[in-house]
Amino acid sequence: MKLKRNTILTFIALLVIVVLLFFAEKSLNPYYRRILNLCAIYSIFSVTFNLIFGYTGQFSLGHAGFAAIGAYVAALLTLSPAQKAVNFFLKPIISPLANVELPFLLALIVGGLITAILSMLIAWPALRLHGDYLAIATLGFSEIIRSLMVNMQSLTNGALGLKGIPGYTNLFWSWGCLAVCVFIIKRLVDSSYGRAISAVRDDEVAAEALGVNLFKHKMMAFGVSSFFVGVAGGLMANLISTIDPKVFLFTLTYQIVGVTVMGGMGSLTGSVISASLYTIFLEALRPLESQFTIGSLTVPGIPGMRMVIFSVLLLLVILFSRKGLMGNNEFSWDGLFRLFNRLRSKKGDGSTGGDEA
Amino acid sequence: MTTLLEVKDLTKRFGGLTAVNHFSTHLVEGELCALIGPNGSGKTTIFNVITGIYEPTEGSIIFQGEDISGKRPDQITKRGIARTFQNIRLFKGLNVLENVIVGKHLRLASDPASAILHLPNYMKEESEMRRTGMTLLESLGLDRFAEDEPTSLPYGLQRKLEIARALATEPRLLLLDEPAAGMSPSDAEELMAFIQHILDSFDLTIFLIEHQMRVVMGICPRIIVIDHGEKIAEGNPEQIQNDDRVIEAYLGVVDHA
Ligand SMILES: Nc1ncnc2c1ncn2[C@@H]1O[C@H](COP(=O)(O)OP(=O)(O)OP(=O)(O)O)[C@@H](O)[C@H]1O
Ligand SMILES: [Mg+2]
Repeated sequence: MKLKRNTILTFIALLVIVVLLFFAEKSLNPYYRRILNLCAIYSIFSVTFNLIFGYTGQFSLGHAGFAAIGAYVAALLTLSPAQKAVNFFLKPIISPLANVELPFLLALIVGGLITAILSMLIAWPALRLHGDYLAIATLGFSEIIRSLMVNMQSLTNGALGLKGIPGYTNLFWSWGCLAVCVFIIKRLVDSSYGRAISAVRDDEVAAEALGVNLFKHKMMAFGVSSFFVGVAGGLMANLISTIDPKVFLFTLTYQIVGVTVMGGMGSLTGSVISASLYTIFLEALRPLESQFTIGSLTVPGIPGMRMVIFSVLLLLVILFSRKGLMGNNEFSWDGLFRLFNRLRSKKGDGSTGGDEA
Repeated sequence: MTTLLEVKDLTKRFGGLTAVNHFSTHLVEGELCALIGPNGSGKTTIFNVITGIYEPTEGSIIFQGEDISGKRPDQITKRGIARTFQNIRLFKGLNVLENVIVGKHLRLASDPASAILHLPNYMKEESEMRRTGMTLLESLGLDRFAEDEPTSLPYGLQRKLEIARALATEPRLLLLDEPAAGMSPSDAEELMAFIQHILDSFDLTIFLIEHQMRVVMGICPRIIVIDHGEKIAEGNPEQIQNDDRVIEAYLGVVDHA
């Protein structure tokens, strides 16, 4: 009975979301559309970070670098040969790439695969060892990728970046990729493999003694995670149309780590909510960084002010609500109804109903 | 009587410290054998070498005729050796049943893709894991707690859960590292009865560490005593109790706990 109700509710909710996305895509102005797209892209970043850190317990600091790989691959594969010629005026692009132009879906998948392969090569030695070598390896890799992107002129166009990338990313692509990503990761973490990686997170020694191959499972989680980071990078490139190495600074990784912690380790729902709120607030607070007046007082714009606010928020969350927004709870219809009932009974007679958050 | 495990002239050094010194023994199938010794005598280190956490400095471990020294812990578990830890090491993020069926993961044949897509081959294995996991919990009297968080269980049950989890891997040999540590004498006695029950109802061999002699006297037909990494005695409880070197080793130290 309940199961059927929940299935119907899920179906209706999905339908409503699709209709909303359809109208948003049709009639929302480009600025808001872009924010909504970024919400989905940042959600993918956060959900994937949650898989590798929240569920598997492996601290990785490579998101910016992995996203850069996905973005550059997708950009180079979707740019038309003519646009490539315009972009690469200092030094021509290496020959096989000059004439390639792939459909968007294929470009995203190839971007994801290349990201997964490169990141797994980096993680290989680090994950063979016990200890926090992964963070160091991925952080270093991220920086190396960025400097390679500046210096490999004939592959990446160096510091000039790539311009005129076709804007294929729309709300269906971005939210569609997020849906696929969340679906796959959720199914994975709920499976026997998910139990195994949670065991690895909780206690490596005990997990290994129970027959879990640590290396294999860490690599699996890491590969799935970085594949989707690469896809999100590709979505980003085809959304903002212009990318250069400065888009993928370490601050991007830092933001993703912060957003995921705020959302709750081990909650994909939390990651999506937190990433979306973050994206929206970041835009809403943009005026802080340019000059504004309060009454007769003129406040000069302070660049980086939003990051300061973000850092303070993150600090507060870590100090006062260590489990973040959602802890390790996921959205469920049952949970929602429980919440409603509790709110109602609270309003009614002040007594508390329900027993769970 | 077939030999299940053979520890051959095992030495383990940590830098200059010799934790285990030329230790040899063998276990035969179906027996319950205790390893006792004062604090720091090298008992846990022997377990850690048998289960692959450490490589032996010298010597070798033969299990069912195969040299397993130097293999990874998960490979050794797959071959049929399971263990518990001196300090409880349950998975806090998983419930009681999930803790147990993590021990079944090593026999899973379906790949991650089948698991994600809920293909029939995976779904069948998953429900089988849950079913046998529940059966195991039932047979050990833990089924009431299947959905609970492991840390919410009383201490004694956490110990039992760790044993259940090890049993889930379907071991031929079960290594228990001080399962009665931190228990009152009556609880320790009950746990020993529990261990006897496991020996009787599962087809396996048990090797058990304890540092209080009296706890194992009642149930272990064979006892090995080590001190400073060296075997000083081996035999039945009576022989051990009357052994001069054992008495000396045990009177030489203050017996805590
Ligand atoms: N990883 C390690 N590195 C260095 N020394 C170690 C290590 N593991 C154990 N030791 C040392 O080896 C010796 C034997 O330790 P072990 O843990 O095997 O003793 P035990 O008999 O299990 O003692 P207890 O009754 O206290 O559990 C001790 O002196 C200990 O300090
Ligand atoms: Mg010990």
